[in-house]
Amino acid sequence: MKEIVIISGKGGTGKTTITASFGVLAKNKVMADCDVDAADLHLMLHPEIKERFEFKGMSKAFINQEKCTRCGACEKVCRFDAIINTGTNFYVNQLSCEGCRVCMNICPVGAIGLEDDSNGEWYISETKYGPMVHAKLGIAEENSGKLVSIVRQQAKNIAEENGADYIIVDGPPGIGCPVISSLTGVDLALIVTEPTFSGIHDMKRIVEVANRFSVPVKVIINKYNINLENSAAIEKFSEMNQIQVLGHMPFSESVIESITKGIPVVEFCNDEVSKEIISIWDRVVESLK
Amino acid sequence: MIISIASGKGGTGKTTIAVNLVLSISNDNSYDCQFLDCDVEEPNAAIFLKPNISQARPVSILEPRINFTKCTFCGKCAKACAFNAIAVLKNDIKIFMELCHGCGGCSIACPENAISEVSRDVGVIESGNVGKIEFIQGKLNIGEAITPPIIIREMKKRIKKSGTEESKIKHITIIDAPPGTSCPVVESVKNSDFTILVTEPTPFGLNDLILAVEVLKKLNIPMGVVINRGGKNDNIISDYCQNEKIPILMRIPMDKDIAVAYSKGIPMIQINPKYSDKFKELYYKIENQLQISGEI
Repeated sequence: MKEIVIISGKGGTGKTTITASFGVLAKNKVMADCDVDAADLHLMLHPEIKERFEFKGMSKAFINQEKCTRCGACEKVCRFDAIINTGTNFYVNQLSCEGCRVCMNICPVGAIGLEDDSNGEWYISETKYGPMVHAKLGIAEENSGKLVSIVRQQAKNIAEENGADYIIVDGPPGIGCPVISSLTGVDLALIVTEPTFSGIHDMKRIVEVANRFSVPVKVIINKYNINLENSAAIEKFSEMNQIQVLGHMPFSESVIESITKGIPVVEFCNDEVSKEIISIWDRVVESLK
Repeated sequence: MIISIASGKGGTGKTTIAVNLVLSISNDNSYDCQFLDCDVEEPNAAIFLKPNISQARPVSILEPRINFTKCTFCGKCAKACAFNAIAVLKNDIKIFMELCHGCGGCSIACPENAISEVSRDVGVIESGNVGKIEFIQGKLNIGEAITPPIIIREMKKRIKKSGTEESKIKHITIIDAPPGTSCPVVESVKNSDFTILVTEPTPFGLNDLILAVEVLKKLNIPMGVVINRGGKNDNIISDYCQNEKIPILMRIPMDKDIAVAYSKGIPMIQINPKYSDKFKELYYKIENQLQISGEI
């Protein structure tokens, strides 16, 4: 069984478009959406939720105002500026609290407790293309990395039960905690980039992250014909770093139309961009043999 | 006044809006502008603004070091750690630095005073200027996971407070936020006077816009929407905004020239100066919105 993650560094380069099409093309696989704080893959694969689970990420501190003696010890120890001193009262800013419990342990009168916070949900679903695991992080919550780990683990469990050949993971943008959680230990990370200065800058940083965690990477250039000079620069960078460029997708209105219709582009039409995604998938399969 | 630019979905044009907005309003001498690139994982604004960077300061967190001559392996540090970053074995202690939030709880809990804290760099804050705009960007070190909010918090300490009543000069801080809806986004937009949400007229754009709107509602921040790469499908966004009573402040059509300029790191107002007036208008609309609602 091979696990493939689609990432990009920069957002909006086409991760979900490619992942959804791989969902159509790959036989015997499990799909996972690890972009848990702005998930979009469900808009293309239309999962029917079979099982729903609560995600409990982090408990946060709260101050019992009746017990509190306003000594201010909590404010002094909190390194996250989460204790707000109004002059008459102390209270916890839930959005800043990281749940470290230091204030709770230091409070001399035991006025600080922990509130369990539901931080989101995750789902096991069925799509016409096969099983899918996805999630929704609670609004303005943290710990997306932990939720990503759960989604990946569940996808793996299902893949093992089913004897699946592939797990295909739609990754989040950026290089921080949810990305690292999506990336570690996969068999292949496909980096989707675009020929813009921003795309190139961000691709270089995500390549460094993948190297740091010893994850093999390959590159896909999306909308390559928007700036051929920059596409050549991506080729050159990839060559110098011994990274294979798996394909070049042209800019295509049909991609936008397919998203609008909620149909993976390889199923929506048979134009140049669809053909390129099909050959990219063939190369992915070949490279994992 | 602090205006942040966020989006939910990545790649909708946050940096484009932030950069062109600050360039357009900074021409006016009655504004003193600051620009903060808070997308510390993938900061891109400098590509367009080409700032002179005059200072770089590391951002660090404190992490525990165990003094084994004092340690009795009692396990109180591991018990105090809410992040499971410490494992106490029979005669060794393992610290998982990537899980450490630097809260200092272990050091306080240690009865033997055997835990000291040493600083570890997690990123850097670079600052300088773009003409008379003060420019600040944060950069997360490669491989760091949970520390973006710490860097953002440090950056935001440099925000200039609004001028006194007598002063004619108005401070405006523009914050370019990261994509998504989780902690780095919250940290970036928190305490803004207004947030511009940039979206595109696709189901992805709408889905992630709705999530971003929920974040801003929770934070109680007034907001407006910019539709980027718009055209015949704009109603997918405008219908939603109408229902939610969120103003649409600006529409930028799908335009190949803008896309090509973007690919080369050129702000759109430089290839199409009429947009400079449109971005000024965007700013005035925000001022009006806030006046109507009595926020300023």
